[in-house]
Amino acid sequence: MDKLLEVKNLKLYYHTVAGAVRALDDVSFDLKKGETLGLVGESGCGKTTTGVALLKMPSPPGRIEEGSQIILDGRDIMTLSEKEIRKNVRWEEVSMVFQGAMNCLTPVYTIGKQMLETLQEHRDMDRKQAVDLITEYLGLVGLPPEVMGRYPHEMSGGMKQRIVIATALFLKPKLVILDEPTTALDVIVQAQIINLLKKLKKTFDLSFIFITHDLSLEAEVSDRICVMYAGKIAELGTNGQIYGAQGPMHPYTEKLLQATPLLRKKVDSLSYIPGTPPDLIDPPKGCRFHPRCHKVMDKCSREEPPLLEIEPGHMVACWRCGK
Amino acid sequence: MSIDKNDVILEIKDLKKHFAPHQSLAQTLTGKNRKVVKAVDGISFAIRRGEIFGLIGESGSGKTTTGKLVMKLIDPTSGTIEFNGEDVTKTDKERTKAYRRQVQMIFQDPYASMNPRFKIKDVLEEPLIIHKIPGGHVEHEEMIVKALTEVKLNPPEEFMGRYPHMLSGGQRQRVATARTLILNPLMLVADEPVSMIDLSTRAEILHMMKDVQRDLGLTYLYITHDLSTARYFTDRIAVMYLGRIVEMGDADDVIDHPLHPYTKALIDAVPEPETGKVDVIKELPISGEIPSPANIPPGCRFHTRCPYAKPECSAEAEPELIDVGNGHYQACRRYKEI
Repeated sequence: MDKLLEVKNLKLYYHTVAGAVRALDDVSFDLKKGETLGLVGESGCGKTTTGVALLKMPSPPGRIEEGSQIILDGRDIMTLSEKEIRKNVRWEEVSMVFQGAMNCLTPVYTIGKQMLETLQEHRDMDRKQAVDLITEYLGLVGLPPEVMGRYPHEMSGGMKQRIVIATALFLKPKLVILDEPTTALDVIVQAQIINLLKKLKKTFDLSFIFITHDLSLEAEVSDRICVMYAGKIAELGTNGQIYGAQGPMHPYTEKLLQATPLLRKKVDSLSYIPGTPPDLIDPPKGCRFHPRCHKVMDKCSREEPPLLEIEPGHMVACWRCGK
Repeated sequence: MSIDKNDVILEIKDLKKHFAPHQSLAQTLTGKNRKVVKAVDGISFAIRRGEIFGLIGESGSGKTTTGKLVMKLIDPTSGTIEFNGEDVTKTDKERTKAYRRQVQMIFQDPYASMNPRFKIKDVLEEPLIIHKIPGGHVEHEEMIVKALTEVKLNPPEEFMGRYPHMLSGGQRQRVATARTLILNPLMLVADEPVSMIDLSTRAEILHMMKDVQRDLGLTYLYITHDLSTARYFTDRIAVMYLGRIVEMGDADDVIDHPLHPYTKALIDAVPEPETGKVDVIKELPISGEIPSPANIPPGCRFHTRCPYAKPECSAEAEPELIDVGNGHYQACRRYKEI
């Protein structure tokens, strides 16, 4: 399969008074056309920051550092000017559904006006054409055209999320980044939205980056899973490698899975990871996970483990693996 | 009910909470009534001493309103609440305060439920002052140390001097639990206590709450939308839909052998960490979303979304919650056929 996206040595630091917060520190991965890549990890591990970096819009004082490459469809967008990004990349080729976006719809405008504004900002269309296009997209996400006349408060969470998804697809992007798109929704609505996303992906031949902290949900959505910890990739593998019988290889992934409560099986005791993710101004030496790791060795606190391919398509950054 | 009276700590009977929306003078004069929001619409259940009872439901099911009613933060429209054999539905100010000492609440958001200008010591001393617990600073400090030890914040002296922003989400929820324990309550109402906590520490908090419950012989009312944590954490659950309980029983029994079509649909929709589901479009037996509690469908209130609904489901009276054996209750008239 062709590669749609290649991220190489991506570094994004927030330059604060206290020092540089290394939110993303040397992250590399790729994404094939038509693939869904899942990003998982605790809060503060760099999942959302990765999404924002791919749109090249880190929030200040964040900065994408020298030497980072984001190659989209064969072109390194890091070399493009902000003007070019705005004209040709952001929302045009890569769009993002932000976490809680459905609660950010303006309460004072109707849905139709908000969608129209977004569309006309980017496309030279008269009102009639724009309304037709909006109607078409509303249909695709399962909403009747009447919702254009409604205000956000008149709609349920699931409906608002559908609106946000439709808006993210307007400009026919190739890559859509979905940041916790179902977190605030009830489980039945969540399942409906996931089904919708799977259908839209086929219809438009899209690629997804699906960000969530919920490993159960990620298992149902993503072809490959990228587990992040403290601004780095801990493990990256196919759905089968992470969730299959063999199980994950990185102790962090292993613990995250063991901490996930299961519905269909009675578990006597869930495990958990003591402590919290580290301060990224001054992360622990060696492996960043070593202070919380149950399989820690001497070497772990001294040297940082490289991300190595342990088996085809399965990358792990742990001294315990490979050899 | 098959539960022994003496075992029951809290008994709710036919509890209702209807919210009447604000009416303009014109509406009153023309007699045009706006619809009443029936948030809780006739629920009954009993919680045994020392058990963890889970109240499960989607948003709009009335689970949080039920929690508020149990805490006596709002007054019911009708029905009764009995605590330790005593009717506490209508109580004066003094009695309410005494009741709240015995029934304490843990809130969802550990970030918003603490005064950021208070040190942890002050956060924990506040309930002692409010409830006029006798003792000076020294005695109070002893109680604070004891409560912090119970939730395993060690060493307690170190935590007492910290401010909430210096703690992680998990530690804050421990402090929130300690704040309830300091009054030696009999029962805790916990409304989504772990939904804002990272997955890695969620289990840690549930563990801690379970330990505290066993050590002190407490009773919990655990309110959540998350069936997976409920299975792990609770002894019995009640599933709510649009202000009514549709199914209730032993947590394992209800989740492994659900009888009501709504419970079945909820369980089917929950994802599990297993491989091989990426290309699958999940079959969802029920479509749409929960209707507005201001406009409850007639007959069985689930019939508008039920895949098994027959004409009698909307035409006949609302089905009651019936005992099908083993303390398993459900409210579908066709449960045997489906």
